[in-house]
Amino acid sequence: MIAGLYRPGDSPIHRLKAAWKLAALLLLGTVLLSLPSLWLAGLSLLAVMLGYAVAGFGVGVMEKQIKPVAVILIILFAAQLWLESLAGGILLLLRFTTLILAAGLVTLTTRTSDLVASIERGLSPLGRLGVDVSRISLAISLAIRFIPAVGQIVSDVREAQIARGRRPSPLTLVVPVIIRLLKMADAVAEAIDARS
Amino acid sequence: MSTRDIVLIALFAALMAALGAFPPLMIPAIGVPITAQSMGPMLAGGIIGAKRGALSMLLFVALVAVGLPLLPGGRGGLAIFAGPTAGFILGWIVAAFVIGLIVERFWRKLNFVIAFLATIVGGVGILYAIGIPWIALVGGVPFNTAFTGSLAFIPGDLIKAGLAAAAIVMVKRAYPMITPAGDEAWRAARPDVFD
Repeated sequence: MIAGLYRPGDSPIHRLKAAWKLAALLLLGTVLLSLPSLWLAGLSLLAVMLGYAVAGFGVGVMEKQIKPVAVILIILFAAQLWLESLAGGILLLLRFTTLILAAGLVTLTTRTSDLVASIERGLSPLGRLGVDVSRISLAISLAIRFIPAVGQIVSDVREAQIARGRRPSPLTLVVPVIIRLLKMADAVAEAIDARS
Repeated sequence: MSTRDIVLIALFAALMAALGAFPPLMIPAIGVPITAQSMGPMLAGGIIGAKRGALSMLLFVALVAVGLPLLPGGRGGLAIFAGPTAGFILGWIVAAFVIGLIVERFWRKLNFVIAFLATIVGGVGILYAIGIPWIALVGGVPFNTAFTGSLAFIPGDLIKAGLAAAAIVMVKRAYPMITPAGDEAWRAARPDVFD
């Protein structure tokens, strides 16, 4: 099982139900993107930053959320400044920062298993349309278990090739890995069917 | 959908995660890191077909959304979908589907050229056709600006399309996974592949 991005804690935000947090995030996104107001965007950013404080996260944690998109945000800001106005650029920065931080806060304070459970609950009405929701749950839990296994297969194949004096290239690596995966699929599927 | 289909979908979602862990390749001439992960939708569509390939990408995207750090650099979580480049992530689902459709359509005479066209159309064309308007729309910039900004990634994507096409053809020879529609004789010849 690989570690998710969840950071354990006991704040009110941690304890809030996953479904509520997701609903709040959806509402925030809809309101922010439909009303072009600097005041609204600024206040929402403050509210989200307050949320980080309540959850016990410092500025460093917020920085980590924004950093991967910082460059593209600056480019978009510059484009707005060039083509539209300063206010447009600031609104864009505020909106993205707020939404990215808010979405990050949900991820940081909610266990992966709780989010998976709320996806499954959210999908359950599909059961009436003939979709087998238990198969979706099976796919999710299998994938989570396969992630370390596939990583292991990749390093096995790479080591075997190095041992035979071949330098693994992306292509010589990817083909044997996929063929192993396809063979593994047959074995795993048989095992699951045999047990059910 | 059989148990085997579910297992394949989960395995290709996990393969995406493994590709994301590959160290990115830097090409000094363009100064843009090339990550192995965008080969994932090409491989999934081209090897397990349109429907299963697209579902495996949907599953991978869902795993990222629920907070697993599976994108290059250990990124993940809902914040990815609030960012301006979310279109390129969601586009993987459509890309895998389109590549799968083309590969299925030409399955019998599939060769490197056809597979390469499929990975370029789906993995580059369709992906950019979703990702670039997305940036333009949410980032409030004109389409042309978003397009120019994305050009630097195209050389790397073409290399990946070539690698993925070669892999698709090699895996087809060794372990074919797609049934040509209505081809019972072919199905009968490979009882090990079908239930």
